[in-house]
Amino acid sequence: MRTELTVNGTVHVLEADPRTSLLDALRHHLGLTGSKKGCDHGQCGACTVIVDGRRINSCLTLACMHDGEAITTIEGLGTPVAMAPLQAAFVDRDAYQCGYCTPGQICSATAMLDEVAAGWPSHVTDDLEAAPDLSDAEISERMSGNLCRCSAYPNIVAAIRDAAEGTR
Amino acid sequence: MRPFDYHRATSSAEAARAVAAPGATVIAGGTNLLDLMKLEVMAPERLIDITRLDLGGIEETGDGGLRIGTLVRNADLAADARVRRDYPVLSRALLAGASGQLRNKATTGGNLMQRTRCYYFYDTAMPCNKREPGSGCGAIGGVTRLHAILGASEHCIATHPSDMAVALLALDATVELEGPEGEGRSVPLADFHRLPGDTPHIETVLQPGEIITAVTLPPPVRGRQVYRKVRDRASYAFALVSVAAVVRMEDGRIAHAALAFGGLAHKPWRDPAVEDLLVGEAPSEALFDRAADRLLADARGQGGNDFKIPLARRTLKAVLADATREAAA
Repeated sequence: MRTELTVNGTVHVLEADPRTSLLDALRHHLGLTGSKKGCDHGQCGACTVIVDGRRINSCLTLACMHDGEAITTIEGLGTPVAMAPLQAAFVDRDAYQCGYCTPGQICSATAMLDEVAAGWPSHVTDDLEAAPDLSDAEISERMSGNLCRCSAYPNIVAAIRDAAEGTR
Repeated sequence: MRPFDYHRATSSAEAARAVAAPGATVIAGGTNLLDLMKLEVMAPERLIDITRLDLGGIEETGDGGLRIGTLVRNADLAADARVRRDYPVLSRALLAGASGQLRNKATTGGNLMQRTRCYYFYDTAMPCNKREPGSGCGAIGGVTRLHAILGASEHCIATHPSDMAVALLALDATVELEGPEGEGRSVPLADFHRLPGDTPHIETVLQPGEIITAVTLPPPVRGRQVYRKVRDRASYAFALVSVAAVVRMEDGRIAHAALAFGGLAHKPWRDPAVEDLLVGEAPSEALFDRAADRLLADARGQGGNDFKIPLARRTLKAVLADATREAAA
């Protein structure tokens, strides 16, 4: 079926089986292979993209359900010569080993910092009504939907902290 | 994934009519349904996409409660200022569930309709009365760490996985349904989910041709609200045991106690006898033990989940100590 997606600012018209996940549409139909397929069941977060400002698991949604919506993938956040602050922070902090989860980590962290800025609490926030601070415990909890099998978590938390504090 | 027809609904009544057809299923957030479709645990012939309908939004009701549209995402509900202020147990339960990405997709109605995470329901090579009625229960005698200790049957020992529904149950929420002629009805959440009995494949009282349109909360209860979830890892895991409590103290005695439990049964569990036993009494460890005795009087382990019986006792007692201490202060 026909689906129109605006990906990283460019309009694409897709003709695909309704079973096509948003992740497969991005990777196989549009050639944007930055978003990764890990578990394909919403458990690992490697496929995380930002849809209309929200981070979601692109493997667990149908492309056709996003007709007319705006999607940002890792390719839309920055380039090797013009990295986004989070991308630069991940490089600087060596916040990966194999790198497979990294695009999902960075897309997730990008939207997560917006959620903090909007005042959303998390499971570890003491006061539901206060503006959340960005402690290491908060970063870990808010990023728990992104697994890193190399366990680069300490450096991932440090990189996100750097980017959030604008030190990058 | 098996092929299906995709239909984007244009009104709630039209969606209800479309979903009355055999093989048709509503899709909203899709975070559980698509997972199950990939595994062919579910294989709907037709998906009715309701996400373009005007069924979102959180509105105040005339009596001081809140009406939560079925399409309100878990993330938005948890972050809503009124929910955080007046129904904190609901925010806490939502934030204890899933991940940031999933909460951005999962909806209020979809959360109520999600299926069990029983390993044997997910494994199409195993028998499951829920997936294939009459085939038997693979879980009984198997690996039962996640399974029920209350209200189970010889046909099914699965648990309901929701955190949100446990909090909603303690808050006396009502589920609003709409039928194919646009006719509505309201069902207390306590009556929405069913125990397994000999029909574990029928999980709710939702009839063919009905869709959930909203969940309504009564005016907030003064007092202390607590949600405590015990799980195998610190984040992003289903509950082994969870307790939602809404407790109000007056003059050192418990004036109101609403307690709901997750991880224990095929539905979010509430036992009025436990609450009756607490109301009018001064908090004490002996009282909390009597409440746990009452809650767990009919509890039965399956071997791998025997630990849930003492765990439920300890979790309930800890929650009651917390809720009564702070409410008294």
